[in-house]
Amino acid sequence: MARSTFVYVTYIRTTPQKLWSVLTTDVDFMKQYWFGVHCQSEWTAGSSWKMLSANGQILDAGEIVEADPPRRLVIRWQHQMRPELKAEGDSLCTMELEPSEGAVRLSITHSIEREPSKLIEAVSGGWPKILSNLKSLLETGSIALQEPYPKKA
Amino acid sequence: MAQRPPDTDLLFKALADPSRRKLLDLLHAHDGRTLNELCEHLDMTRQGVAQHLEVLEAANLIAPVRRGREKLHFLNPVPLQEIYERWIAKFEKPRLKALADLKRRMENNHG
Repeated sequence: MARSTFVYVTYIRTTPQKLWSVLTTDVDFMKQYWFGVHCQSEWTAGSSWKMLSANGQILDAGEIVEADPPRRLVIRWQHQMRPELKAEGDSLCTMELEPSEGAVRLSITHSIEREPSKLIEAVSGGWPKILSNLKSLLETGSIALQEPYPKKA
Repeated sequence: MAQRPPDTDLLFKALADPSRRKLLDLLHAHDGRTLNELCEHLDMTRQGVAQHLEVLEAANLIAPVRRGREKLHFLNPVPLQEIYERWIAKFEKPRLKALADLKRRMENNHG
């Protein structure tokens, strides 16, 4: 099977509506859990999508393939910064939100039609950190990975 | 497929077994495998492997994906990241601070 896929799942004590908004339109919230990064899009099928760094550089770009709020979002996703990753072309990122006993099961499936893939290798380091930060921020109001140095006692 | 959000007990119980850790290692080496493929690497009945996979799934360490008639198992590192943040990252902070202090002192000596 010439395809590389990663699947990440986390359960977050929130509502599908809230989770959908912080994955899409709530840019300020997104910057907090995504290490300064945010996305720009109309969030409807066919609209363009891009991910911008804190200083406004386009990191990734593509388009929304499917948008069914607050259940399912599919993004055609191409990296833009590193030539060797950009050369791999489009990947597909699917986000699924499913209510689960007072929480929401968020699953993120990121795949590309090639094996091995440097892109999938690169994003696989980031997703678990982003998702656990997102979970902490929604559940406790603060992120897990905070300032690198503690205050002196 | 409603499922209770897994708690830390489930997670540590799932990790406290050598066969289950081996299953995680196998998926780390090559993700998205079926039960049959995983059985080839363990000296255990198919039923035994299936039970271990259930425990790992309950702890959210494995995310199953159905593709046609096949069920593929993917390693889900998100709970491990949470263990890292809770149990490791915070213990690293004093060392990071010591390094930062050292750097500042060395740089000041040249300044």
